[in-house]
Amino acid sequence: MNPPNDTYRPDVLTANRPLLWGAAFLSVIMMAPVAWLVGLSIKSNQDLMVGTDSVFRAPYTIANYLNILHSSQVFGWFFNSLVVATGETLMVLILSSLAGYGFARLEFPFRRTLFIIVLFGLAVPEQAVIIARHQMFNWFGLHNTYLGLMLPGMSGAFGVFLMTQFFRAIPKDIDEAALLDNASQWRIFWKIMLPQTLPAQATLGIFTFLHGWNDYWWPLISATKKEMYTLTVGLASSQSNFAQSEGLGFLAAQAVFASVPALIVYVIFQKHIVTAVSGGAVK
Amino acid sequence: MAESYRRSQWSHGLFILPYLLVFLALLVFPLFWGMWLSLHKVDLFGPGRFVGLTNYIRVAGDAVFLQALRNTVVFVLVSVPTLVALGLFLALALNRTTRTTSFFRGLFFSSSVLSVTIVTLIWRFVFIPGDGLLSVLSEQAGWQQINFISTQGWSLFAVGVTTVWWCVGLPMMLFLAALQQVPQDLYEAAALDNASPWRVLTRVTLPSIARTIMLVTIIQIVFQFQLFGQAQLMTNGGPNGSSRPLVMYIYEVGFIRWDVGRAAAASQYLFLIILIAAMAQYVVSSRKTEDGA
Repeated sequence: MNPPNDTYRPDVLTANRPLLWGAAFLSVIMMAPVAWLVGLSIKSNQDLMVGTDSVFRAPYTIANYLNILHSSQVFGWFFNSLVVATGETLMVLILSSLAGYGFARLEFPFRRTLFIIVLFGLAVPEQAVIIARHQMFNWFGLHNTYLGLMLPGMSGAFGVFLMTQFFRAIPKDIDEAALLDNASQWRIFWKIMLPQTLPAQATLGIFTFLHGWNDYWWPLISATKKEMYTLTVGLASSQSNFAQSEGLGFLAAQAVFASVPALIVYVIFQKHIVTAVSGGAVK
Repeated sequence: MAESYRRSQWSHGLFILPYLLVFLALLVFPLFWGMWLSLHKVDLFGPGRFVGLTNYIRVAGDAVFLQALRNTVVFVLVSVPTLVALGLFLALALNRTTRTTSFFRGLFFSSSVLSVTIVTLIWRFVFIPGDGLLSVLSEQAGWQQINFISTQGWSLFAVGVTTVWWCVGLPMMLFLAALQQVPQDLYEAAALDNASPWRVLTRVTLPSIARTIMLVTIIQIVFQFQLFGQAQLMTNGGPNGSSRPLVMYIYEVGFIRWDVGRAAAASQYLFLIILIAAMAQYVVSSRKTEDGA
């Protein structure tokens, strides 16, 4: 996306007042459920038992958050999510950079054919492969392992597609000069080309991390042992006794706690996310 | 270009080899293995037995599958236009860079980075009868309460509201990107003609971003046909299967009843639907190059 410019725009339609008020109204609807969740999370479970409208009145407490600190289970799931999302991100970055460089700047037999086949991979939804994948992972004993949780995320074709585009955009003369110095392809890739793609790495990395952190279906199927749950599946499992023993406030606090990492990544890397979302799909 | 050093070499293929192996092992092989499985009667134990198209015929005749298909189609028909319209509205309202609009953009996209578990948790806190935000508010207002999640006809609606809340950020961002590329002289010309805002919208803005509207619609169709987590976590498909989507049918048949062959057949039906939508997207987006745009 082009950086939005603040130069004079004929103001016939863009951002006129009524539309902006409409958006402001929608933002209230957008935020209300979140405010409600945060409200519940800072109320004692006893107060909530009497009635959830007690949210609108003091006293408030951070006891629910302190309870998370004492709940090793939630922390274990948090750790699993961190391992899976980080591992998946690193592997995707490595695989996609190598493949993107190969497809964009090198010649080898069947290059075009292979690239087209990989692009077809973009159109395959997870549902079409998940049954067979589950069976395969069963053969190799990969269920309930970190590797088993990470692997499916590495096969996506999006990263290769993105990196190929970025490597193609790098001017030709950069590596030609290096070749005259008899540098090896590997050296050119590692020392010269890869540093040029850091913004792309950031974008792809953030997306892969968020995907790995938020994925629900595969961990639901693959992680059957409670200690191997990721945070998404673990929280889903504690939703089943909704509003029961653990209490609404505690559940709400867990939800707030679990969404914080994704929101932090979002706030810090907002620029990269916007670039990828708006640039990647439309152009 | 110095052809001498770019000449084709097998060793250059080593760069793509690692990904290619993962791609073949985790995408291509399972894709064909899934098709193979769909032609067999397979359960959790022991090898399958070849049954031809039986699984496909049985799935197509399964009332539960047909209900799931109908639910999914209804869901897509309602949620996708809502997402497109709302996304377009937000993009039009926020298409300008001030501190306020950047804040709103960030806000409307922020829900997209949450996991489905969190999103459904938030909305269950809204919808639960008695204790939910809606209950509390309607009690204050003196309205009659509806138990959205466990009422037939309302449960899918609740799933839809949650989905729109979760997903509206992406269409908004895509429309914003498209609006940035509308040539400014069109607006200047319209301003000289004293065109009304409505006329500018219908004669300049919308025609200029027509292809993006089409693309966003198709992307959302592909996305929303894969509905699963919201329905499973909020309503568990109920009541009476009235909110069970296709993916949940596949999940239940494959991973709860372990009728692997039949689940594979059902997933091929879904694949076909999504493939048609993906092909439509390819056609629409490749038309761009013909226009030279």
